[in-house]
Amino acid sequence: MTQSSPDTPSVVERTRHYQADATIVDVHFLGTSAVFVLGEEAVLMVREGESRRVATHGGAVLAAAADGERVVTGGDDGRVVATDVAGVITTLAADAKQRWIDHVAIGPGGAVAWSAGKQAFVRAAKGPNKSAELIFEAPSTVGALAFSPKGFRLAVAHYNGATLWFPNAAGAEPETLPWRGSHLAATFSPDGRFLITAMQEPTLHGWRLADRKDMLMQGYAARVHSLDWTADGKWLASSGSTQLILWPFQSKGGPMGKTPQVLAPGQVEVGMVACHPTQGVVAVGYVDGLILLVRLPDGAEILARKPAGAPVTGLRWNQDGSRVAFGTEDGGAGIIDLG
Amino acid sequence: MSDKVPVTVLTGYLGAGKTTLLNRILSEPHGQKYAVIVNEFGEIGIDNDLVVGADEEVFEMNNGCICCTVRGDLVRIIDGLMRRKGKFDAIIVETTGLADPAPVAQTFFVDESVGRKTKLDAVVTVADAKWLKDRLKDAPEAKNQIAFADVIIINKIDLVSAAELDEVEGRIRAINPYARVHRTERCAVPLREVLGQNAFDLDRVMEIEPEFLQTQNHDHDHDHHDHHGHSHDHHHHAGGLKHYHDEEMQSVSLKVDQPLDPDKFFPWVQTLVQTEGQNILRCKGILSFKGDAKRFVFQGVHMILDGDHQREWKSDEARTSRIVFIGRNLSEESIRAGFAGCLA
Repeated sequence: MTQSSPDTPSVVERTRHYQADATIVDVHFLGTSAVFVLGEEAVLMVREGESRRVATHGGAVLAAAADGERVVTGGDDGRVVATDVAGVITTLAADAKQRWIDHVAIGPGGAVAWSAGKQAFVRAAKGPNKSAELIFEAPSTVGALAFSPKGFRLAVAHYNGATLWFPNAAGAEPETLPWRGSHLAATFSPDGRFLITAMQEPTLHGWRLADRKDMLMQGYAARVHSLDWTADGKWLASSGSTQLILWPFQSKGGPMGKTPQVLAPGQVEVGMVACHPTQGVVAVGYVDGLILLVRLPDGAEILARKPAGAPVTGLRWNQDGSRVAFGTEDGGAGIIDLG
Repeated sequence: MSDKVPVTVLTGYLGAGKTTLLNRILSEPHGQKYAVIVNEFGEIGIDNDLVVGADEEVFEMNNGCICCTVRGDLVRIIDGLMRRKGKFDAIIVETTGLADPAPVAQTFFVDESVGRKTKLDAVVTVADAKWLKDRLKDAPEAKNQIAFADVIIINKIDLVSAAELDEVEGRIRAINPYARVHRTERCAVPLREVLGQNAFDLDRVMEIEPEFLQTQNHDHDHDHHDHHGHSHDHHHHAGGLKHYHDEEMQSVSLKVDQPLDPDKFFPWVQTLVQTEGQNILRCKGILSFKGDAKRFVFQGVHMILDGDHQREWKSDEARTSRIVFIGRNLSEESIRAGFAGCLA
């Protein structure tokens, strides 16, 4: 029984609240600091109960990614900005035409990728092309970027498919994985065997990269905005339904021919999912502001936040899984301490 | 609901005067701030940090509906703009002269994150008084833009005679008798006639009486709020304006006084838009169902229908069901017969 059941254990009182005064679009942890990415101009850094704003962009913040050492954001001011744990910002790139930076991604080894319109850019952190911007021209506006966990390889999602780009391999042709429709989010499985995209339609598409076999994951009520892999890589958690939808990736074929596990039924749609970094627990944020911590595989629930109207738009565990940070569309921010 | 940001779609064939209208909207002292999504930078003479360039990427949806297309770039841009909510009051989307308004409109119905934060206000089409007549013959895009419009601005009227102007309006009316028409020079129309129209609100669907065609007392800022019923016969004169018939694009307007059976009506209308949806650009209706105290209103764009129960019928109100289709090569006879079969 989800939501208002009085029997559901609760960690609500372990929450420390902060006021962001702006829409929150993402949240990340850098060590013990939580970085709330605001919809406009800044991030809100919270460390040991103290919060401070760090100005990052001259307008809307359109995309964010993090690797534990820095949060990289893209803005409508055409800039790609890194914020480190000390709150020091570095401009990594500035688009000459001030185009919107729609997507950003951080790869293994610290490589950074971003996109503006149909162009995807990547900059390696080391190697022969260090600090050079390499450009890939996508056939249509880039819908998402994702680094493969293995090798220096970037997936660029676009209309009618996704393209695997090997920026450092001279002469290697990008490989296009075709599938009709508009692909708007992308993630590799942690073992690098699968690439999954979320589409404009309420479906996920997947490719098994070894043989390019297509996988269709359907049945959602709404477009899927949030995807995350469980720590063991066996499940892909997703938003887009009134339940937490988990697709099985234990076997060679991934979810092919299988039905997903369905947990934590709510009264409204799930907007955000975040998997615990070591254990089988998923934080689930609903569009009415409710947050539940859901245990796999039995679906036991812990109430982490009561519904408060506005959708949960940012949700993240810290590195050791002792805290959960959340942000909402109306600027509600909090850190739940489970330690 | 009311905090949704209204979006006005500005269409019009090349050279009709869209940019003139846009510059007026941005420069007049109305106290409103607009975010503008344009196709080409540089044409707007106003400094505004909320002007965004678009790519007009039209995507097909894989939902078994072949005419269901959306503007992928709008999904992305509106999501980005809404992060700055509070910095503007409304959004204006300017399309290219060759654009079909349908994918723009459908984006608001198909993408729930767009639909949750914004609402389509109206499709406004600027038409060139001198050249529209020719474009209606050789440019299907121009005809689509007229058929789709909620508001039509016949611009550059200083370049044509009164008789030519009447002919242009007559030809517009042959395609779309339901839009509000304004005659202007340099798009000089009060902005309240262009913005804040709520044309896609189900509450406004009731205003589906065709505009009465008057020419004698036409002035430039003519108020078109008189709704006179008139029968849709071709080749006759109403209010002095000649009626034209467009061979390709027409409207079909039906009306019955007997109540309808919802179990007959919904299957019929759904089948109709499934099979004829590519040809049906817009449809609207107010319906009286048997044993139902409330009016049912609906509207549609191609195959997408949106409908809901509205207020109760008033005791002194005739419970007349009215339904209108605007589209290409519509078979009035079969639509009429199908609708007649929905009586309770």
